[in-house]
Amino acid sequence: MPQTFAAPADVAVALDRAGYLADTGVATAAFLAMRMGRPLFLEGDPGVGKTSLAQALAVIAEAPLIRLQCYEGIDAGQALYDWDFRRQILHLRAAGDSSDPSQLEASLYERRFLVARPILQALEQSPAVLLIDEIDRADDEFEAFLLEVLDDNAVSIPELGTIRAQTPPLVVLTSNRTREVHDALKRRCLYHWLAHPDFAREVQIVVRHIPAAAERLIRDVAAVVGALRDADLLKPPGVAETIDWTRALDMLGADALTMDAALATIGAAIKYHEDQLRVTRDLLPDLIERLG
Amino acid sequence: MANLDAVAVLTGFARALRAAGVAADRARVTTAVEALAELDPRNGEQLYWATRLTLCAEPDDLPAFDAVFGTWFGRRPPPLPRPAASAPQRRLAPVRGLTAEVAGDAADDEDDVLRTAAADAEILRHRDVAGLSAAERDEVHRMIALLAPRIAPRRSGRSTRARRGRVDVRRSVRQMLREGGEPGSLRYARRSERPRRLVLLLDVSGSMAPYADTMLRFAHAAVRVRPASTEVFTISTRLTRITRQLRLRNPERALQAAGAAVPDWSGGTRLGEALRAFLDLWGQRGTARQAVVVLASDGWERGDAGLLGEQMARLARLAHRVVWVNPHKGKDGFAPVTAGMLAALPHLDALVAGHSFEALRNVAEVIARA
Repeated sequence: MPQTFAAPADVAVALDRAGYLADTGVATAAFLAMRMGRPLFLEGDPGVGKTSLAQALAVIAEAPLIRLQCYEGIDAGQALYDWDFRRQILHLRAAGDSSDPSQLEASLYERRFLVARPILQALEQSPAVLLIDEIDRADDEFEAFLLEVLDDNAVSIPELGTIRAQTPPLVVLTSNRTREVHDALKRRCLYHWLAHPDFAREVQIVVRHIPAAAERLIRDVAAVVGALRDADLLKPPGVAETIDWTRALDMLGADALTMDAALATIGAAIKYHEDQLRVTRDLLPDLIERLG
Repeated sequence: MANLDAVAVLTGFARALRAAGVAADRARVTTAVEALAELDPRNGEQLYWATRLTLCAEPDDLPAFDAVFGTWFGRRPPPLPRPAASAPQRRLAPVRGLTAEVAGDAADDEDDVLRTAAADAEILRHRDVAGLSAAERDEVHRMIALLAPRIAPRRSGRSTRARRGRVDVRRSVRQMLREGGEPGSLRYARRSERPRRLVLLLDVSGSMAPYADTMLRFAHAAVRVRPASTEVFTISTRLTRITRQLRLRNPERALQAAGAAVPDWSGGTRLGEALRAFLDLWGQRGTARQAVVVLASDGWERGDAGLLGEQMARLARLAHRVVWVNPHKGKDGFAPVTAGMLAALPHLDALVAGHSFEALRNVAEVIARA
């Protein structure tokens, strides 16, 4: 890593410069992950900024962000490496019968015929930040495989040899808790639960993203969203929704949250029909009145 | 803080955390020591984060962690860590033994003994578990432990090699490569199968007390068969996840651990609210998706039956099958008339009995066919 940090506060400053407002918890987690070389396991409601934290970490580490989106049935061929069989066949055809067979066979398994998938890319391009997104969607076979790679920071390819990272990548795993991730994997990681930001921090975050929006509007939206998070909705709005909603209102030229403007743009914040009905009918009038 | 001191303090702290149900095992304590070495342990905030990041494993751990952290580091650490046994151990609600008929009188010849024993087992299978003696219940529990409720698989996103199906391009080409680039026979693949998730929601409120123990044993048997794809929750006034506790091999220890984890044993029933908690925290995120959800309850709802109906509709939209096990269904003159049962009925795929071993065997079959 190009820059070494002496304390979590330095990480917070750097993350701030990268556009991510980190509280002490996030800053300490990032600091320890970098210093101890441990993967960071992030959980939290959708939209609290798990992915954007990984992006900001890539910025402060001055390293590329390599993302692996997990899904059911993902296997080593999609996560690690694969041989480009079509090109190998073409190579074989082009060579014809002319050359020496053993030499031809060796040339079939050169690096240029290897397709690097995200994990191998992260090992090859070190330093790198590897984001393994929604690990809970992959199945447990994949977890076991991941455990092996993370332990060694190396991949052994039978035909080619072992590829080892010069600097181990900074690994960020995220999970939405659709199933329990195996404890053996979690144990190797630093576990951080990302909570929704408090009012003041949320206002700061939105200001950072939409500097042109009226301050009154930002405060109104943050206050209403904060109240909606406690209202037992199917899908409570995250920070991403606060930003989207403020942006939508700002584009319509609003400089404060009014009932009409809120109704016109509610789809930016509330994504379930049942929730929208409840919010627009029962909750919003009261909340907007309280804004004063 | 010298390193040795840190180890001693953290070991005690981790022991207190484990007593409170947090997953602070040995490997994690080692990580915590490493983390503290990178930070300033005299700084309260850094101490908090270094230990929280390394000793916790899920959001459920956080409230317990905060409480233990407060008592442990808020004051001076006590000279000796409190032993785990001093934590109040909750016992399982005993199953009410009503009329304890002694199974079979002393018979005259051996043949008779055998015949009566067989007949007893046969009768026992159909008897209501609420009316069994302790010995008979033990026998039924042994039978339930062997039940192994297995669930029908579903097709997964992964594919496996097969004799026929779609052409597996990668393997076909690889084969071709092996034969020096000559096109050979094709290779095929089909979608593989994965176990479908099974979710058991067990009502452990007061009115279900005679059956709760038996249902828990059934759940334990299910978890033992498919530990990775089975989830168990108890519902009463609130929702408690007991999957982790039921993974213990020994049924008695598993049930004891589960009993200790459930704070509202034999409490009131707020099915609608508990179900909403399940759907919000687990179900909607994926636990209930494509799963077979089994809800064991008598449908006595103290709360709002309308809410229960809404949440059942939500559950039915997410789940593959919703099965309601009602222990009273096996009794004569049963009609689903309780408010909760009526609200739930339109959203069920099956309503089955669960009062005897035979009824539970039937539940296992319904699950297997789902």
